[in-house]
Amino acid sequence: MNLTLYVWRQKGPKDMGKLEQYEAPNVSPDQSFLEMLDDVNEVLIKTGKDPIAFDHDCREGICGMCSQVINGRPHGGQDRTTVCQLHMRSFKDGDSIYIEPWKAKAFPIVRDLVVDRAAMDTIMNSGGYTSCHTGGVPDANSVMIGKPEADYAMDAAECIGCGACIAGCPNSSAMLFTSNKVAQLAALPQGRIEAKARVKAMTETLKECGFGNCTNHYECQSSCPKGIDVKFIAKLNREYIKSLLP
Amino acid sequence: MQFIQSTVGRKILMAVTGAILISFICVHLLGNSSVFLGADGINAYAKHLHDLGPLVWLFRLVMLSVFGIHIIFGILLTLENRAATPGNYAVKKMARANFASETMIVSGLLLLAFVVYHILHFTAHVTNPEISASHLPLDALNRPDVYTMVVLSFQKFVISLIYVAAMVFLFLHVSHGFQSFIQTLGFNNGPSLSPVEKVSKGVALVLLFGYISIPILIIAGIVKI
Repeated sequence: MNLTLYVWRQKGPKDMGKLEQYEAPNVSPDQSFLEMLDDVNEVLIKTGKDPIAFDHDCREGICGMCSQVINGRPHGGQDRTTVCQLHMRSFKDGDSIYIEPWKAKAFPIVRDLVVDRAAMDTIMNSGGYTSCHTGGVPDANSVMIGKPEADYAMDAAECIGCGACIAGCPNSSAMLFTSNKVAQLAALPQGRIEAKARVKAMTETLKECGFGNCTNHYECQSSCPKGIDVKFIAKLNREYIKSLLP
Repeated sequence: MQFIQSTVGRKILMAVTGAILISFICVHLLGNSSVFLGADGINAYAKHLHDLGPLVWLFRLVMLSVFGIHIIFGILLTLENRAATPGNYAVKKMARANFASETMIVSGLLLLAFVVYHILHFTAHVTNPEISASHLPLDALNRPDVYTMVVLSFQKFVISLIYVAAMVFLFLHVSHGFQSFIQTLGFNNGPSLSPVEKVSKGVALVLLFGYISIPILIIAGIVKI
């Protein structure tokens, strides 16, 4: 199939940036979206032009590096699918595809489709951990955790930190991302000890990093390639309320 | 201080004040529906409220503070959110956000304008003073004739239109606001969200039909002097 691409090109953080048109001829329906972009880039390189810069790593849908807003939806809008796992069979011959980077004030554009997502690390560093003693391996089952709690924590921990929730949010809020870690750790005995300080620190850092406020659009859940539920944001809210109590 | 600076703290403030405002408009609707009992119903209700004296003013003061907090933080949060989002996407499709959730600030500010008008109209008697209860003769039991004021007001098409339009904005605002309050206070375990969203639309619809029934039945001539 033959496709027309409109790709966001921006030389650097200070550059204005604009959409540029490219042709993608002879695309195989079995190719992944990134393989299709690789082909476009090869032609660009051969003709002496700048290839389109985009983030990618594992190409297995688990690392959270790929980050493109395709036709107005983060990761292309296919249910529980990252860009790298999006295949060209979901497009038709003659389609026009708009490809843009994550857009949020807290995610400065590095180049083209590559954005700096260090702000998410800043949030994580402010409380997304548990403090524990190092040393000998603890005895197995010395800390008992029920199956429902373990499952709940795992569901929250499914976040791959790609930032699609922020790219999809009309307010550029990082609340779902932050709530995943708050909820995961609050559900486990190891995490409960620092739960109060964690929720306060992480939500404060979220704001300091320049992310917006959550106004319950739930756009994050539908943008998430792991389908993470906004119930974790409700959990974060409960944890915040608990942190105010003595 | 930390609480009102916090992004979650502000959200909780919006939720709690919003919930108080929704409770108020529910009670207000119940009170208003005494108009369907005729002059005797609503005039007695109005007199009863007035006779509470200082309690009325205490109530007004509390409601004014609640309303003020809701408005100030609503505007602040909107400004912060605008600042957090750089230029728009060339193409953006929303999957879950809807017209009501994306226009909360617009429906909110229009409701603020409406509340100012509504108070000038029915409480302060500044707009249309000629048909206000303070100018109309007292009723048979020497009570201010609120019933006649309401009926004469809503017989004017433009006034009815303003009230009906405002209630459409109230519907939009509450349909997002009610479920938003449930989520913000943490009452969402995942499966509960979808029914809560339906209940939210239901509450907003009941308020819409409840409130607009008054001007519509008056315009239709079913409720008359």
